[in-house]
Amino acid sequence: MLEFFSQLTGLIEPTIKIVGLVFLVILPMVAYSVYAERRFSAILQDRVGPNRVGIPFTKVSLAGLGQPMADGLKFILKEDFTPDHVRKVYYWLAPALTMVPALLTCAVLPFGGYLKLPFVDDPFKLVIADLDVGILFVFAIASLGVYGIVLAGWASNSKYPFLGGVRSSSQMISYEISLGLSVIPILMIYGDLNLSNIVQQQHEQGWALLPITLDGFKPVVSMRDLLLLIPLFISFIIFVTSLFAETNRLPFDLPECETELVAGYHTEYSSMKFALFFLGEYAAMIIGSGFAVTLFLGGWSLPFGWGTNGEDSLFWGLVNVGTFFTKVIAFILFFIWVRWSIPRFRYDQLMRLGWVFFFEIALVNILLTAAILMLFRQG
Amino acid sequence: MELLFYLFSAVMILFGLGVVVSRNPVTSALCLVMSFVGLACLFIQLDAFFIGIIQILVYAGAVMVLFLFIIMLLDLKAEEGRQINYLALAGGLILCLVFVVQLGSVLTSFEAGDVGKTPQQPEMTTDKNPEGLSELAMERMAEKKLPDVHLVGWTLFTKYNFPLQVVAVLLLVSTIGVVLLSKRKLT
Repeated sequence: MLEFFSQLTGLIEPTIKIVGLVFLVILPMVAYSVYAERRFSAILQDRVGPNRVGIPFTKVSLAGLGQPMADGLKFILKEDFTPDHVRKVYYWLAPALTMVPALLTCAVLPFGGYLKLPFVDDPFKLVIADLDVGILFVFAIASLGVYGIVLAGWASNSKYPFLGGVRSSSQMISYEISLGLSVIPILMIYGDLNLSNIVQQQHEQGWALLPITLDGFKPVVSMRDLLLLIPLFISFIIFVTSLFAETNRLPFDLPECETELVAGYHTEYSSMKFALFFLGEYAAMIIGSGFAVTLFLGGWSLPFGWGTNGEDSLFWGLVNVGTFFTKVIAFILFFIWVRWSIPRFRYDQLMRLGWVFFFEIALVNILLTAAILMLFRQG
Repeated sequence: MELLFYLFSAVMILFGLGVVVSRNPVTSALCLVMSFVGLACLFIQLDAFFIGIIQILVYAGAVMVLFLFIIMLLDLKAEEGRQINYLALAGGLILCLVFVVQLGSVLTSFEAGDVGKTPQQPEMTTDKNPEGLSELAMERMAEKKLPDVHLVGWTLFTKYNFPLQVVAVLLLVSTIGVVLLSKRKLT
């Protein structure tokens, strides 16, 4: 019995991390990235955007920051209509299956180095689950995300959603390949699958895409890192483009292409069930940005090896968390910027890009990385 | 921890039964996915993170998605209305029985399968450095952690290098074969 209780107390720390990261950071970020999307698109198109909703029953507008709350309330209060012709069980299951994998993957995301709290001896490692197979875990869980969309398309039992679901599954399977292959150079260079260790190495040696550390004011760069920038940059482009395809964002949002498929796989959905698809897409986008930042842009670390990993000071621990979320937000704004700048691809162009170009380039890129690593091998 | 073992075993067995019993092919396929997830959890409980994750990545995430994809394009009404084939049912039951008998005979002769005995801790730290194994993996082993990804990779590329290459060629041949078969007209 005593052992059982000691196991229970061991659950306190992960619970705090899960509640803190998922419910207090990621979910509000999801809500506010919808707001950011609307405001940013308005700026790009020279409109005003939602700038009125503020504190209820007052005239304080706060640049429209109350909008996500109003939207959420509206989604909950709308009629939850289930059409008569759908396959009920799967129709209800599908929205949850879209949202859950998106949120599960953040378990291995290192959102900071360490946090040394006063009066506590051991610093806390700022990652929910410090798995040694971190990257594989991400790919495994993310690959389950396709079930939600496929089931939504099939369970709706009508033509447009079905076509959307079929499109989406073939698109996601195709781009998972280039996504996986584009990460392999990173694994080869750092020799580890543990995301916290990859970020720690980037903290010490400079980011993967900015391999410079400062010795006083003199920049230190090694020839090996400079040469490795070539395959890493190719990897980064393939990774980010595949990420757009995996999260069904424009220019690759063919599964919900309005001009051809009405609203694609969620045509038959309404109220909160529709909102779950909508928010699941944004959650996948935020966490995808988190991984792009973690793998290529140094995660929580400052550039040039500045600062520490927070193991001994609370200040640097907090700075690292701030750095991580600043980078993630910048990446989300990039996602939005691309969405409102580039027109949609045609479906055959999309498949051609994935299978004919990215797949081959990623394979050659792995060979290139291996060659450079061979060249500079010690001993 | 034992509680979790029974939980995931129950998930596996119940959804495994669901695969066989349900009349709707999509339900069967999804039950199989859940069964795979349960199996992956059991692997992870045994500290075999790599195999557990690969179980989800390959079977649940890739193979079953393709299965589901094909099933959805079929006419499900015809499948649901089909009569039970009693000969196949009997055959399946006999096969199950044979497997259970074999499992029993293996478990009685296998020492670690004895309930109540603690399984021996495998020797993880070796004195001599295995050739080619990365230093990171050695560090992990010194910390009494199992660097399973490194060990699997190392074994594959040293001890079983030739079979690995043969399998790679086999996969290439099958890929080319599929492309040839699916293209009606070669241009």
